[in-house]
Amino acid sequence: MIQTVTSLEMPVDEEFRIVKNHLTNGKGKRICLVTGTHGDELEGQYVCFLLAKMINENMHKLHGTVDIYPALNPLGIDTMQRGVPAFDLDMNRIFPGNFRGSMIEKVAHDIYTDLSGADLVIDIHASNIFLREIPQVRISEMSADNLVPYAKTLGIQFIWIHQAATVLEATLAHSLNSTGTPCLVVEMGIGGRISHSMCNHLLDGIQNLMYEMGIWSEPPASLPANDIIVCQGPDSVHFLNAQTSGVFVTEIHNDMIVHKGQSVGQIIQPLTGKVLSDIVCPCDGLLFTIRTYPIVYEGSLLGRIYKYPETK
Amino acid sequence: MKIQTIFRMPSPYRDDFRIKAYTFGNGAKTLCIVGSMRGDEIQQQYVAGCMVRLLRVAEERNLLADDVSISIIPCANPSSVNIEKRFWALDGTDINRMFPGYEQGETTQRIASGIFEFVKDFRYGIQLASYYLPGNFLPHVSIIHTKFENVDEAQLFGLPFVVVNDPKPFDTVLLNYNWQIWDTHAYSIYAGTTDVIDQEMSQKSIDAIGRFMIAKGIMRSEDAEESVAQPTIVSQAEMINIKAPRAGIFMLRCTAGQQVKSGEKLASIMHPCEGYEICSINSPVDATVFFLRNKSICFQNTLLFRLIPRC
Repeated sequence: MIQTVTSLEMPVDEEFRIVKNHLTNGKGKRICLVTGTHGDELEGQYVCFLLAKMINENMHKLHGTVDIYPALNPLGIDTMQRGVPAFDLDMNRIFPGNFRGSMIEKVAHDIYTDLSGADLVIDIHASNIFLREIPQVRISEMSADNLVPYAKTLGIQFIWIHQAATVLEATLAHSLNSTGTPCLVVEMGIGGRISHSMCNHLLDGIQNLMYEMGIWSEPPASLPANDIIVCQGPDSVHFLNAQTSGVFVTEIHNDMIVHKGQSVGQIIQPLTGKVLSDIVCPCDGLLFTIRTYPIVYEGSLLGRIYKYPETK
Repeated sequence: MKIQTIFRMPSPYRDDFRIKAYTFGNGAKTLCIVGSMRGDEIQQQYVAGCMVRLLRVAEERNLLADDVSISIIPCANPSSVNIEKRFWALDGTDINRMFPGYEQGETTQRIASGIFEFVKDFRYGIQLASYYLPGNFLPHVSIIHTKFENVDEAQLFGLPFVVVNDPKPFDTVLLNYNWQIWDTHAYSIYAGTTDVIDQEMSQKSIDAIGRFMIAKGIMRSEDAEESVAQPTIVSQAEMINIKAPRAGIFMLRCTAGQQVKSGEKLASIMHPCEGYEICSINSPVDATVFFLRNKSICFQNTLLFRLIPRC
């Protein structure tokens, strides 16, 4: 059943609506799948479709409630803008919102309130238009004890437990986790695109989680892998940042084992034909993020490498 | 006056990105003024430029104290101002959400780091700030409640209101917040508008900064000391927010700073296709209009006004 989470008038003959697909059968736990917080991240759209289709075709296997929220920022998705159009705001920096606040704070409040109390929320992100990510679950270290077991059940191979940052306290995930509603953040793929295989793999993981939580009556046909990397600690990840501005070119893909001294790419200058900077791996590890958008300024993120424990 | 480039970064295709500081006096780092940091902060850029002009004259007339140095960064983000984008155009990040910065981090973290490295040791810091909502303010001083804030000192600007804000999580990465944490007495001056220049309001900001400098002994005045009314200290919680009950064409019927009476009409919301008034926005109390939205359309629930009730 399609339900409206919040709605309000727009100036000329249009209604702003956040909607969810409320799929329920019998009494049981409730999980929520949310995505579309950033309008340029689309991977979650296909996961929502796959999950809704799976449940629609097998409603008898559902024992509880699944709420699917494909678009927390419908204006952004509709216009390919990361933030909220007309407000120039990052939707994921205003949670838990404010009932008495401005329009967008009220929307955030209504979303947060609707999600609160769920047994699990899965918040799907898709990097941005600049970087490609392997599928990963990101967990703040303050929530790690509670969330890592869920994340492992999701079957995603890479779990990144990152340090808490005050500024991230305004994210949806932090707002929910800090008030007793567990929320996993899945990050995968790249902005503006849909990677079918990643989405299908995540659907298997969600089905496995639903099965383990007693919401779904059968496990997925292909069970998630067991060789999960849990990346934790301040020195676990090496950030590759551009040392000069220019055009980044690379032959490399993410989800690759890389070795110290290996070339990751170059920053070149089209005008002069010069190579401005050679980007070289500083360590052995797993390259889990790679830049795909070539134009870079000094400091632009080019990649992230998970350093193997023995090489730290 | 000394002009120095405090941060420089090559651009892939444009001219180098440069942040310049104008410094007056050779004494201890006393006062730093930061102008536009977002690309649409034209009023803030203008006020900062006027302050450079004012201080150049003051220096020539020997009106600056002997043991001070005052630096002004008129524009901390020329790259965005020049293409009329509020944030860093390549990735949409906000330099003023990156402090204290990180010199090995991403682009805007590096810019913030470069700025902060220069501004961090000043005794006093003034940022010419703007608000994320489109609208006009009564010129005021804003300070973030960090336990290091100095409300008494903020009154020396002589602006009618001093607003004290409790920080939200995302405020901890603002310049003003980090200045305070690093022991600078930090104030944000809101000069009324953002992307258009209002000369009357900009002059009030310039006068306020001048009053502060004279009161702190940074600059001497050639004129007789003016008397200003005691400012009102107000927290955001004390203000009354008025939101749009309906969406439509937003027709203002008042101005920022106007004293309004309970029941007085502040605005109309008109039907965009049929031209009639959908609803009237009236003041619930006797108040001063502190903030008003200056866009001609509004969503339902959009913040339209902030009022300071009159006791």
